[in-house]
Formats: sequence, C-alpha cells, structure tokens
Amino acid sequence: MSIFTEFTERDRVFDFLAPTASPVDVRHGPILYLEDVTVSFDGFRAIDDLNLTIDDGELRCIIGPNGAGKTTMMDIITGKTRPDTGSVWFGSRHNLLRMNEPDIASLGIGRKFQKPTVFEALSVFENLELAMAADKRVFPTLTARLTGEHRDRIGEVLEMTGLKDLWRREAGVLSHGQKQWLEIGMLLMQRPRLLLVDEPVAGMTEQEMERTAELLTGLAGQQSVVVVEHDMGFVRSIARTVTVLHQGSVLAEGSMDAVSNDPKVVEVYLGEGI
Amino acid sequence: MTDSNRMWLTRPLTEGSTRLFLGLLAAAMTAVVLMHLVFPEGHALHMSIYTVTLMGKYLCYALLAVAVDLVWGYLGILSLGHGAFFAVGGYAMGMYLMRQIGTRGEYGHPVLPDFMVFLNWDQLPWYWHGFDMAWFAFLMVLLAPAALAFVFGYLAFRSRVTGVYLSIMTQALTFALMLAFYRNEMGFGGNNGFTDFKDLLGFSLLTDGTRLGLFIATGVALAIGYVLCRAIVTSKLGRVSVACRDAEARTRFLGYRVERVQLFIFVVSAMLAGVAGALYVPQAGIINPNQFSPIFSIEIVLWVALGGRATLYGAVIGALVVNYAKSVFTGIMPEAWLFALGGLFVFVTVFLPKGIAGLLPKKKRPDDDDSDTTAQEATA
Ligand SMILES: Nc1ncnc2c1ncn2[C@@H]1O[C@H](COP(=O)(O)OP(=O)(O)OP(=O)(O)O)[C@@H](O)[C@H]1O
Ligand SMILES: [Mg+2]
Repeated sequence: MSIFTEFTERDRVFDFLAPTASPVDVRHGPILYLEDVTVSFDGFRAIDDLNLTIDDGELRCIIGPNGAGKTTMMDIITGKTRPDTGSVWFGSRHNLLRMNEPDIASLGIGRKFQKPTVFEALSVFENLELAMAADKRVFPTLTARLTGEHRDRIGEVLEMTGLKDLWRREAGVLSHGQKQWLEIGMLLMQRPRLLLVDEPVAGMTEQEMERTAELLTGLAGQQSVVVVEHDMGFVRSIARTVTVLHQGSVLAEGSMDAVSNDPKVVEVYLGEGI
Repeated sequence: MTDSNRMWLTRPLTEGSTRLFLGLLAAAMTAVVLMHLVFPEGHALHMSIYTVTLMGKYLCYALLAVAVDLVWGYLGILSLGHGAFFAVGGYAMGMYLMRQIGTRGEYGHPVLPDFMVFLNWDQLPWYWHGFDMAWFAFLMVLLAPAALAFVFGYLAFRSRVTGVYLSIMTQALTFALMLAFYRNEMGFGGNNGFTDFKDLLGFSLLTDGTRLGLFIATGVALAIGYVLCRAIVTSKLGRVSVACRDAEARTRFLGYRVERVQLFIFVVSAMLAGVAGALYVPQAGIINPNQFSPIFSIEIVLWVALGGRATLYGAVIGALVVNYAKSVFTGIMPEAWLFALGGLFVFVTVFLPKGIAGLLPKKKRPDDDDSDTTAQEATA
C-alpha cells in the first residue's frame, strides 16, 4: 500500500529507487562529458565532432531526425562502439573509452534499448531479478539467494511498471508496450546513476506515456536521465533542456521553446512542426 | 517460493522433476542388478554381464549428453567437440589402467606399458608420472579436460567467437587432437590406444562383480552430474546463462561478464564429459583416438536434439534411445545405421522440434508453486 501512495505523490522521490553507491566523482563538474567524438562506419561519419555535457541530476532530452546518430551516441557511452577520436568521461574519474560493457554497467550506467530487448525465455520476474543491482561475478551469482528484501524491490518495480499481474509470464509473450515497460523496470532494478533511455514511449498509449513521463521526471534529481525520443508531445511534457542532434553533431541546445524556434532546427525538420 | 532460498546445490532435490528422474534411474538400475543377480543363467529374465556393461556404457553416454545439454541447451554454445573432453577423461583413466598392468604385460616391464617397450623407449615420458596412483589419475580425469576447456574457452570467448564459428572451432579442436593422438611419438599408444586392462583399484576388470560395480558407479555419477547441472540451471547463474544464450549483448549491459559465465559453464561441462569418458574406458576395455573423431561429437549433439534441448532429462532419454537403436540396428544391418540416424534426425526436427522430451507433460515453472505471494507481499 505504501508504494501506491508514494507513487501517487508525484513530488516525492522514490527512495527505494535511490541509486546504489557509485564510484563516480561529480564533485568537480558534470556526470557525463563527451568531447570531440567522431565515429565513422565505412567512411560515413555517423558521429561528427560531437560535444555533450550532462550535469549530475539532470534530465536531458535528445531529439533529431532518423539517422542523426542518437543511438550511436548511446552505443559509445555504454562501450558497445569505440569512437575513432575524442574522449568520453563519466564524472571526472572514469574514462569510459578504456572500459568494456559490463564494467560501464557496474559503474552505474543503465540503458534501455530502442528496440526493446528483454530475455524472452525468462519470466517477467526473472528478467527483473537479473537486472537487480548485485554482485554480478560468476560465483556470487551461482550461490545467490533471493531474499525478502529483493523480492520486495522486485514487487515494487512490478507495481510501478504495471506488470504486477504478469510477473510469471514469459517475457517473450508480452506486447510491445509491455516489453517497453519491462525494460524500463529492468533499468530501475539496476539503480543506475545515469540512465540512457532510447525511445521509451514507442508503442505506448497516451496514458502510459503520461506514466512514463511521471516516472522519468521523478527519477531526475537523484539520477541523471538522458532520453532520446521522437514524440514531440512527450518531449515537451518532460523537457527541461533539449539537445538537437543532426548528422552526428549538436545543432542546437536549450529550452524546448528556444530550440523549436531556432531557424536551423526548423529547417532540419522541414516544417514538420516541432 | 521457498525453493530459491535454499542452498543452490540442494535446491534441485526439492524439485518434483529431479526426484522423478532420480527415482526412475534408481528403479531401472535396481532392475538391471536384480535381473543379473537373481535370475539364473538361461532364465528368460536373466541379464548377462555383457548386457549390464552395455547398459553401463549407455549411462556414460547419457552423462556425456547431459554435459552437452548444459552448454548447448542452456548457454547456446553448440559444441561439436565434446567428444574430445570425453576422450581426454578416458585417456587419463586409461593411463592409470595401463600402469596397473605392471609386470603382467607381454614384455613384463615393471614400469613401461607394452607399447613403449615396443617403441624402444627406455623411460616413462614426464606426463606419465603419477598415473600409477589412483587419486592422481582420478584428479586428472577432472583436471585434464578442465584445462583443455579452459584454454580453448578462454581464447574463444574472450574474442567473442560465437555461433557457427565456435562450432567449427570445436570440431577443429577434436579433429586436431585425433590426429595428434594417432601419432606414436605422443606417447599415448598411437592408433591402437590402450587396451588389455587388468584391474582397477585392485579389482580385476574381468570379474562380474567389478563390472557390476562399474555399472552402479556410472549410475551414481549420472545422478550426481544430473543434480549438479540442475543446480546450476536453477540458480541465478543458470538464468544468466539463458540470458547469454538469447541476448548476449543485453546481458553485458546489465553488468554480467558474459565470457566468464560461458567459460565457467563450459569448463564444468567438460569435466562431466571427462568423468563420463573415464567410466566408459574400463567398461569398453579400450580407448583409442577414434574417440576423438568429429563424427562422434556430432552424434552426441544428435542425441541431445532427439531427446530435447534444455531439459537435461531429454539428453538422457536421447542418449539411451539412440544408442539402444544403434546396437539393434548395427546387429541387423550395420551399413544402414548412419542413414537411419540421419532419417531419425530429420523426422524429429520436422515433427518433434522439442525432441522426445517435448512429448512429455509440460513441467511447471518453479515459480508456479507459490501462486501470487510475491505480488501480494509487494503491496502488503
Ligand atoms: N554498426 C553500424 N554500421 C554502419 N552504419 C551504422 C552502424 N550503426 C549506425 N550506423 C549508421 O549511423 C547513422 C546513425 O544511426 P543511429 O542509429 O545512431 O541513428 P538514430 O539517431 O538513433 O536514428 P533513429 O531515430 O532512426 O533511431 C545511420 O545512418 C546508421 O545507418
Ligand atoms: Mg536510434
């Protein structure tokens, strides 16, 4: 019951989602810092001299036309793609270009993929269990037991994501929107310091979008959130600062109003109306 | 959900399907022992010691199939080289058996096995030392396949080799080892391998009692191997392993070291295969490089596919059914066996994609037992 009230009191922060202690050092500046990053695929510059700074606790929206390089940027931050040049820092201490995916994930960077990827053969509950912040080395995982506290946390996330009644279902049979929620739930279980969320509301109803908006704005503050989204209505409802990516670099940055009146941005979106 | 709070190693023992498996195995083994001991020779129900040993060999294959199912069914690594680990375990046991022969060989040399005397070697190669001691040899049965799997897996998984490429590499591994073991200079008896074993732990291999004992030991090893694999797949690591199988990249982004999970499970599987090989050799009475042949490794995968992947008991069923069919078939028309096997495989892939195990009543998910407690606790 307590969870329910917590969820409805929108101005309160969900303390059970508080990030676990991350070694990230943000005393002297931003939590994420990309400088002069360039990536080419077969000569095509998907990311071209990109500079981006995310402050601790910030909620940032990133928009841009298809192929602008938004997903590729997330690939670089999470260690999936190595840039040709440039530097990427998590806080002032961690050079992400020297780390692999599991290390970056354990540092406290969580990611939701554009195409929802959940473990289809496992149940909803088990998907959340695997995502849970824990010692993820081989032997501790082998001997891990599910404590009541773990179960409560999973229950809380099930409640928040509206998957409570589906907890025993195989994730593979969920609808597209439910998979989106499950992936958001997995992200919450990880309790990351920085969340990278790629198109979270694709396939969701208006109502669900609203819930997602509440959830993400509720997280910001304690956690830093980077949201990539095409749905302008959604971006408008959560945005504080918006960054527009175009052809691999930053075209404009600022408040939603400032950005949408920027002639360069209007040109890129070709009067689609933003 | 009381089960998940148990120690990971004892958790399978609370599961219905594991108890059923162990019960059936124990019953079948008791039946075999009784049919051999109680009914006199000539009686319709009498089982000859030859047949008992044949059953023992089938059980070795069943353990091998369980090992393959662990890596293929639950981790998604299609190993076409598990015969190599079986053979390495078998050779480790064979070396012990050879040294047990002592002066009873053709040449009567107190230390050197016959084939070394025949090659005019005057001393034991360094890697043969220690194999006169049972504890050392038995340790090597586990460690030699483990070391081979570790080195191979470390290199392959670290470079993120997966899928077909990995399968081809495992084939290459077993093929290379076969060629190596054919060579006399390797010191493993060349193409003749090892044979003419005399005794094991002081018991003569020619007596019925020892053979019956080996049969029982194999059944116990299968039971332990099965429970161990079940313990792994029902642990959180087992779920991570399935996650690696289905979405490797995603698993990495959750912070799991996929290559270490793969390495761990691959090594455990290789050790089980080694134990199966070690129990096979004294019952078959011979080990030679043909055990490394790529075809054998492919056959193991067929057993698992026929029985049903990712169930463990399916692997056991597959190994028993196919090998029984094989001995019946090779008795009637040996040339047709490979065609029959191929035909059976096509039949199963087309009509029984989940193998024989898919025909059995579906096992309930372990979570089903405790209804909605989790969800209720959450709102409480
Ligand atoms: N692995 C790759 N190999 C070759 N080209 C790639 C690769 N990954 C991305 N690209 C290219 O880089 C460009 C940027 O792709 P990216 O997926 O980052 O765009 P996006 O901004 O996320 O687009 P969308 O809004 O459609 O998701 C595209 O032109 C894409 O074709
Ligand atoms: Mg994208």
